[in-house]
Formats: sequence, C-alpha cells, structure tokens
Amino acid sequence: MTTYLKMDAPQPRHLDETAQGVLGAPQDRPEGPLKVSGRAVYAAEHELDNMADGFLVRATISKGRVVRIDEASVKAMPGVLAVISDERFLRNPAQGGAGAAPVQGAAEVAYFGQPIAVVVAETFEQARHAARSLKVEYAVEEADVDPETASKVDTPDRRQLDQGDIAAAMGDAPHAVDVTYTTPVQSSAPMEPHASIAEWDGDRLILRGSYQMLKFNRAELADSLGISAQNVRILSPYVGGGFGSKLGIAPEAVAASIAAQELGRPVRVVMARQQVFEGTMRRSETRQRIRLAADTEGRLTALGQEDRVSNLVGESFSEPTAQATHFLYGGENRRFKQEVARVNRTCAGSVRAPGEAVGMLALECAMDELAEAAGLDPIELRKRNIPDLHPESGIQYSARSLAACLDEGARRFGWSERSPEPGQRREGEWLIGLGMATAARANVLSEAQARVTLHPDGTALVETDMTDIGTGTYAVLRQLVAEMLGLPSEKVEARLGDTDLPPGPGSGGSWGASSSGSAAFLACRGIRQMLATKLGCTADELRLQDGTATGGNLRAPLADLLTDGPMVEEGHLVPGTTAKEFSQASYGAHFAEVAVNATTGETRVRRMLGVFAAGRILNEKTARSQCQGGMVWGIGAALTEEIAHDPRDGHIVNRDLAEYHVPVNLDVPQIEVAFLDERDDAACPIQSKGIGELGISGAGAAVVNAIYNACGVRVREYPATLDKVLAGLPAL
Amino acid sequence: MRPFDYIRADAPATATKEAGAGARYIAGGTNLLDLMKLEVMTPERLVDITRLDLRDVERTPEGGLKIGALVTNSDLAAHPDVRRDYPVLSRALLSGATGQLRNKATAGGNLLQRTRCYYFYDPAQPCNKRDPGSGCGAIGGFNRIHAILGASEHCIATHPSDMAVAMRALDAEIEVEGADGAGRRIPIADLHRLPSDTPQDETTLAPGDLITAVILPPPAKNTFQAYRKVRDRASYAFALVSVACVLRMDGDRIGGVALAFGGLAHKPWRDPEVEATLTGESPSDDLFDKAADTLLREAQGQGGNDFKIPLARRTLKAVLREATQTEAAA
Ligand SMILES: Cc1cc2nc3c(=O)[nH]c(=O)nc-3n(C[C@H](O)[C@H](O)[C@H](O)COP(=O)(O)OP(=O)(O)OC[C@H]3O[C@@H](n4cnc5c(N)ncnc54)[C@H](O)[C@@H]3O)c2cc1C
Ligand code: SF4
Repeated sequence: MTTYLKMDAPQPRHLDETAQGVLGAPQDRPEGPLKVSGRAVYAAEHELDNMADGFLVRATISKGRVVRIDEASVKAMPGVLAVISDERFLRNPAQGGAGAAPVQGAAEVAYFGQPIAVVVAETFEQARHAARSLKVEYAVEEADVDPETASKVDTPDRRQLDQGDIAAAMGDAPHAVDVTYTTPVQSSAPMEPHASIAEWDGDRLILRGSYQMLKFNRAELADSLGISAQNVRILSPYVGGGFGSKLGIAPEAVAASIAAQELGRPVRVVMARQQVFEGTMRRSETRQRIRLAADTEGRLTALGQEDRVSNLVGESFSEPTAQATHFLYGGENRRFKQEVARVNRTCAGSVRAPGEAVGMLALECAMDELAEAAGLDPIELRKRNIPDLHPESGIQYSARSLAACLDEGARRFGWSERSPEPGQRREGEWLIGLGMATAARANVLSEAQARVTLHPDGTALVETDMTDIGTGTYAVLRQLVAEMLGLPSEKVEARLGDTDLPPGPGSGGSWGASSSGSAAFLACRGIRQMLATKLGCTADELRLQDGTATGGNLRAPLADLLTDGPMVEEGHLVPGTTAKEFSQASYGAHFAEVAVNATTGETRVRRMLGVFAAGRILNEKTARSQCQGGMVWGIGAALTEEIAHDPRDGHIVNRDLAEYHVPVNLDVPQIEVAFLDERDDAACPIQSKGIGELGISGAGAAVVNAIYNACGVRVREYPATLDKVLAGLPAL
Repeated sequence: MRPFDYIRADAPATATKEAGAGARYIAGGTNLLDLMKLEVMTPERLVDITRLDLRDVERTPEGGLKIGALVTNSDLAAHPDVRRDYPVLSRALLSGATGQLRNKATAGGNLLQRTRCYYFYDPAQPCNKRDPGSGCGAIGGFNRIHAILGASEHCIATHPSDMAVAMRALDAEIEVEGADGAGRRIPIADLHRLPSDTPQDETTLAPGDLITAVILPPPAKNTFQAYRKVRDRASYAFALVSVACVLRMDGDRIGGVALAFGGLAHKPWRDPEVEATLTGESPSDDLFDKAADTLLREAQGQGGNDFKIPLARRTLKAVLREATQTEAAA
C-alpha cells in the first residue's frame, strides 16, 4: 500500500511526539567506515569481466565542425578496439531534472574541450594514448568567447521585473549605492571524477555511474540512446561529490553505453581531471549591477539587481542570480533584469546553490556599502529591511528566523567589538577586520517515493533510488525511520542509488533530505497505522520505542505484531499549494574575521561563524558538515576560485587542482556552526528545509566585507585575490 | 601516456650508461609522471634512479653540506644541520607543495622540475618550450603566473621551485656525473638558463647527465635568513613572488647580503647589482627602494602578471626591513 500526501496545507508536528529520541542526534554515517577504509566501491572501481576502457576525445577548437576523424591514425596502436563518434553523443551534460536528452551530435563543436569521440582499448592507458594521438580535421568557425562582447544575447522573460520607479527612488533617497560586482566562472571540482561503466544484457543496459538524480538520469540516458527507460538501470550507491556537476546524464555515460553495445562487452569511461574541468557544468560568470536606496531610517526604498550571465546556444538554464534578492529584503521600487550571452564556452548549469551562491556575493556586499553610506550597523540595516510579506507577490513567509540568526551570531561572534571604520586593528603586518552577511536559500520540495519494510526481527529497511552524494542521506533516512518505528538506528538499513527502487527526488537544490525523508516518513506512518490496528489502539495513541509498541493500556513487542510477516509500505510525497502560498527559505547569518597582509594583500580567514535556521535538523552532525562545507566554498568564492579562459579562443586555462584553487586546509580556519531550533510546517511533513546549499549562500560576502573592514579596500571583482587588494593598499 | 621502456639502475655508472637521447631519469616522479600522462613529456625510456645510494646528507671537508640527489624534500627540510645552519633552505622547502609531495620529491627532481605554465601543460596549445617553433600561447593569453624578468619573445615561463631559490641564495653547487662517467660541479647560477630563443633548453646539462648531489658552502656566520613566499592560497600553491634572503649586519651597516627571487623569471633570479646597492650601506626605506628599483629596472609585465612588479618591490622591502630590523618610515 501507499501512503500519499500532497503538500496543500501546513502539517502537524508528528515527529515532536515520537518516543525513540534519535532524530536530530549527531549520529555517524553508517557507510562512513567503508568510505574511509576504501571499501565503498565507487563507479569506476568496479572490475567487470572482459571490460574495456574508453577515453573521450576533446575538440580543440571553440566552434565549427568535425570534418574528418582519422581512425586509421590510431586503429593499429596496441590494444585499440574502436574509435566511435556517434550522432547520439551528448554535446554537454543534461541540465538537472531535464529528464530528456540534451543537445546531441558529435560533429558540431560548440566549445573547446567538447567530447567528439571515444577511443576504446583494452586498457585505460592504451585508450588515453590513442585518444591523444587521434587526428581530427575541423572546419573552424568564428567563436564568441567573451560574454561581454557576445553577438547574441537573450533576455528571458521570467527574469525581468519592474515594480515602481527605481530611478526616481534612487534619485530621491538620502542614501543610495549603485555598484557593479562581478563573479568568475567556477567549477564544482568534485573529488571523484565523472565515470560510467556500461554493460548490456540483451537490450537491457546497466550503467554504474556517479550521478545525483537517478530517476531523471535514467530517462535522459534512455532518451539519448533512443531506447525505453524500462530497459535502463542505473546504479549509483556512492558519489564522491557532485555539487550539481552530476545532476544530468553526461557525455561519458552515453559514450560508454554506445561503445559497450558496439563492442559487445562492458566499457568504462572515466574523465581525466582536465576533462572534468572542460566538460562538466561550469557556474556562469556574472556581472551584477546592484542598486539600493534607503530612507533616513535605513529602510529600503529601491532595490535592483541587473545581471549578465552566459551559456551555450540552446540551453534554457540561466544562473538565477537574483533568486534570494526577490524575497530577502523589502523596498517598493524594484527592478530585475537578466541578459544571457550566448558564448562558446563549457556549458553553464547548476553548481552548489545556483543563484544565491553568486547573487548574494554581490547583494550582501552592496548592503555593506549601503550600511556605511547610511551610517548604520550592517546587522541593523538588514533587520530593518526584513519584510512582513513578500515584497513582490504579497504572500506570507513560512518559518523565518533571520533576525534571530543575526542577533545570535552577533552575540557569539563578538560583533560589538568591530569598529565601523576600516583599518583600525593591526597586528604586525596584518590588518584585522570583521564582516558579516545574511544567508538565505530558497526552499524546494520535490516529488519523492520510498519503501519501508519492518521485519519481525525488529529490523527495518528503507529503499529509494535517492542518492547520497556525501551529504548524509544514508544516516538521515535511517534515523528518520528509526524514530518513526521506535528502533535503534543500527536496526535500520538504508538502500539507495538504484533505479530499481522507488523513485526519489535525487540530490539537488538541497531538497533531498526533506523530500526523501518525507516519503520515508509517510511510509512509516502507514506502518504505524498497521501496527496500531494490530495492537488495538489508534495511530495517535501508538507509542513505539526500542522495539516495543504501547497504546492505551496495551503493550507488545513488535515481533508479536508481525506474526504475519514483514509490513511493507510505500510513502509518496508530492509538492502542493504550500509552495505557492508561502515564501519558503532557509536563513542564517555569516560572520568572518580576516587578516589582510599590509605588504602583500594576501588574505587569511581567521575564524568564521554561521548561525542557521532550516526547520527541523534531522542529524546535527551531517547538517553541520553541510554548513561547514558550504562555508569553505564561501572562502573559495571570496578568495581563490576562478576558472580562467584564454581571451582569444576561450579555452579553459587552469584545468587541474594545482591551478584551480579551491581552499586547502591551511585556508580554512576553525568554523563554528550553530543551529536555531525551528519547525517549518509549510515546508513538508517533517518540518525540515534545505541545508546543503545554505552554508555557501552569503558566506563569501562576509569574507569580502571583512576585507573592507580590515583595510578599507572594497573589492568588487570576485575573487579578492591579492593583486586586487594590493591595488588599493597604500605604498609601503 | 606513450609506451616506454623501464630500466632500474643500481649504480650511477649504469644509470648514465642507460640514459641517452630519448631517456629520462625518474626520481620521485611527482613532476615527470604528471607530464607523461598529459604527453607533454614523452620519454622512450625511463631510468629509475631511486635505488641509487644518493640519500645521504653529509658534512663536506670544508664544513659545508653535501646533499644526495635523492634526499627527499621532507627529509632535507627536517635535517638538523639544515635547520640550524641553512634555515632559508628549510623554510623554502616547507613552503613548497604538500606534505605528501615533499615525501616523494627529491632534491635532484626539484631542481629540474618544469614550469607550471598552463599552455605548456596543454598539448593542444602552442608552446615553444614543449614544441619548439609553435609559438608562445602565454604571450597575449592568460599569464598571471608568468615572468617579469629575463623573459623573451619566445617564452615568458617561470621556474616554479622554491628550494632552488634558497639554494641560489646560498651559492650551492650541483654535482653532476656525465654519460662518460666523469664528475663535475656546476654553480647553481649556471644550471638554469634564460629562455632566449631556445626555451626548450632549460639547463646547461647534457643528455644523460645525472645530478648526484647538491653542495652547500660552509654556513655563513651570524646571518639573518628568511624565505618569504607570496601565493594565491595559504598552502599548496606556487610562488607568485618569493624572496630568499641571507643577510649579515656589520654594526649598523649591511655587511653582506644574498637575495634570490622566485616567481619572477625562468630561473631562480639573483642580481649582483641589487646586492651591491645594499652592501656597506646603512639600512633605510630609501635604500630598500633603491634596491627594488635596481631589481626591477628591466621588469616587464605581460598584462595578467603586471601586479608582480609592485608585489616584488613590496615583498623585498618587507624582507629587508625584517632582516635589518628597520622600522617602516612614518
Ligand atoms: C600540485 C603540485 C604542487 C607543487 N607545489 C610546489 C611548490 O609550491 N613549490 C615547489 O618548489 N615545488 C612544488 N611542486 C613541485 C615538486 O617540488 C616537484 O614535482 C618535485 O620536487 C620533483 O621532484 P621528483 O623527485 O618527484 O622529480 P621527478 O618528477 O622524478 O623528476 C623531475 C625531472 O627531473 C629529472 N631528474 C630527477 N632526478 C634527477 C637526477 N638526479 N639527475 C638528473 N635528472 C633528474 C627527471 O628526469 C625529470 O625530468 C609541486 C608539485 C605538484 C604536483
Ligand atoms: S611561456 Fe614558455 S612554456 Fe609557456 S607557452 Fe610560452 S613558450 Fe610555452
């Protein structure tokens, strides 16, 4: 049977009444020991009988056509089995949630590094060498590689909004800032490179891959190959980081599938690190003009965010830069505009917290600038501008603890010690400053199904095709089921990452835990109803703890209620009208202390604090890890991360982890994370909200605001590398 | 990776005998293997020298130090004599790469590591160093990490080593055994070349030359030694600018100074005129500015690396202030 819920109304807090007391506890990941001891088998690590290895061939032009692939140039090389280039090849990965093939074809080249063929050989080394030796002839066309000068620019309707008269409001206001910020292209650079092993059994395809959203990936892969989704099974039990780059089916999966079918043997295609940079989704660069005006009380009268981003021709995705700006602060006169430059660069798509991750870098620094212009404390300015109702649609907010996060953060961090005037604290060569920023990330719920089985021996199993991309899904689902069924967590097993299991929402947009958790919750509610009936009480009276059921004055061990065998129930959650009736988001406050070197302009983050409220916290440990990880990304966005493109042909220059600088241990100080107690009844039946992307949203702005406070240099071009700080420092 | 032959040498003489044109020695492999996977380097034959008996650090009769070519960067940095007598070297080593890499990387390999120029690393790009005559992709391209001193119109790459910069300030000598079995010593100043019109020729070594040791002269007494590295993140990044400094005060005047620079040129950069400007003078900000003027008199930015010019000046001044305990001018 299935317990079904459409989220059309706020839900009661059942989980505040259950007895086991494990939900929210900082429990370890059940699969953790496997991962740290190397026993968790990731996609590329499967060794199948008779498996061949494929290596993708990259286009070495930015735009044009492949005229000829000289197979003969490599066919005779040792171990080479095939050179395959097929019209079903993917130009770029599918966008998250597409559920259908992206642009296909291997002849038309749209960006430097696009996969145009796969060379298959007996070993990986042979395939790689042959792929590098393959001679390809192109008909080169002139490419648009610079978003600022691109000849084709779209203005998607959904991203334009004019409310009131922003120009007049800016002119009339006693305090106004009109500033332009830029953010660079970034890469999610997951530790595990993208990899797929394809194996055919007749007309059935099994793909072992590293993917985030299996329900969609299955449909995308089937559509790409022109076969029925019934004939595709994807296995992805462990994913070594995705961050959006593994949302949609990618070229390596399709190439492996086609090659495996052609050769009649399993084929593995693993992307080299350089290919991960060139061929998986990038985060678009942004140029953002922010306009803010405030009255004498510091209340916003105008707010504008106009941005230019870029993508390939034919991609509907555009970075939702202003996503949080729409709901975060008030101001009657509002203007939002977006331009999407069509460029011959690697495809742009979702990278951790699309929208907020870059939009808030600009907005939250501009707010800092406005606070200074208005002579207000930056926290006070933000608190004065928390709107009662959504400033555009007029709908109400669901649980929103922003003010409490700001206050609690200020108290914990010692914000009162900050001098509003920059450059006041010096320790030797180092200038010390404090900065803060709001954290906000829109909350999304996604359709999810899960199956729960309660066994007579007092163990339970929860199954869904949901993935754990390092986020803690195994731990959280197990804990949730343990709580609902009154079992110790060790008695519950979670099985994930297999399309043969009930379709979950996939990992993306921070909706995974709430959506799949709600599905598991619903399945457990169905089982609780069955148990109550068996025991002879109502579901409301039923109390489950440590394998014993009580209700009214009845009491029985679970085994006694399961004499007919296991109880099985599916939960099915569907988003409903609460998504439209409430503005839903997770909130928080970021604080950073930095030291800027007065000689060199180098910045070191000395401490960071994030105070967050994201509804019910399901596992305090995995939630904390998510927030810390997000804040580390904030440090990267603020200080180091930037994909550099050659100005002439647009190719990605820094294609490895030596030159694409993610923060390393020494860049990351002690990071403190605190959660405020919150329940969001409108979000989902378990009252939780998204957390995986909250920690990054705004974090980098706190760092850059701290740089300003430290040394008086306002960097508006992310990342704030030492050369940009240096340019504003006084002579030595 | 191109298929290659692999030979394991058991003595320097067999190593040099096996190594000829088309062959490469492999030590820690931390640079060579990366470049082979990318097919930037495609040796036909690898001569593994890791079994050679070149792992000792010994005192020389003159009171200096002889560092075997296979001493790892970690071991060298931690060696008590190095820490005591040549702290600039220890600090330079520890500022490089990561703990894992330093455990593998050797003294010989570190000296001969290749540039990190992005265009050199991508066989689809023109690069005179990798593919002579193909052009230089970095000129007119993205050149944040490139040279401001001693570059040519054919190549603007930098030498990435930190260790070598410290060794340059210490006047190290490189002990080499040639293919004919004869040994010789090369001052480190003469080991690396400027790019001129043959950037593919990075050193004065002949094919098959094996570095067997690095010789440090006896330690200078009463010196201030520092290695200051400026980079894009706190660790695990190459130097944008680095300064190795060995300075001796003579009363309130600078008695002697050696300054070597990383991140600026195709080789560890040392300029006798900079040192002459400083020697015998009493330290002041004006003097340090003069030294910086001298250092940078022919500096040329390429656009993306223009910032290295002011950065080198500021870093040099800060190091000299620290070395001479001079307060900043108010
Ligand atoms: C990601 C990354 C970051 C790094 N960061 C830094 C840094 O910040 N600072 C820094 O200084 N270095 C850095 N390094 C470079 C590192 O120091 C070098 O890779 C290392 O020192 C090379 O030593 P090896 O023994 O591994 O050399 P190998 O890779 O084995 O050899 C390098 C070259 O030297 C030749 N060779 C080796 N030994 C001899 C010998 N005895 N005689 C003749 N030829 C020989 C080889 O043939 C080869 O051409 C970094 C490296 C990486 C991968
Ligand atoms: S700077 Fe030197 S190494 Fe770099 S592309 Fe030019 S020639 Fe090649």
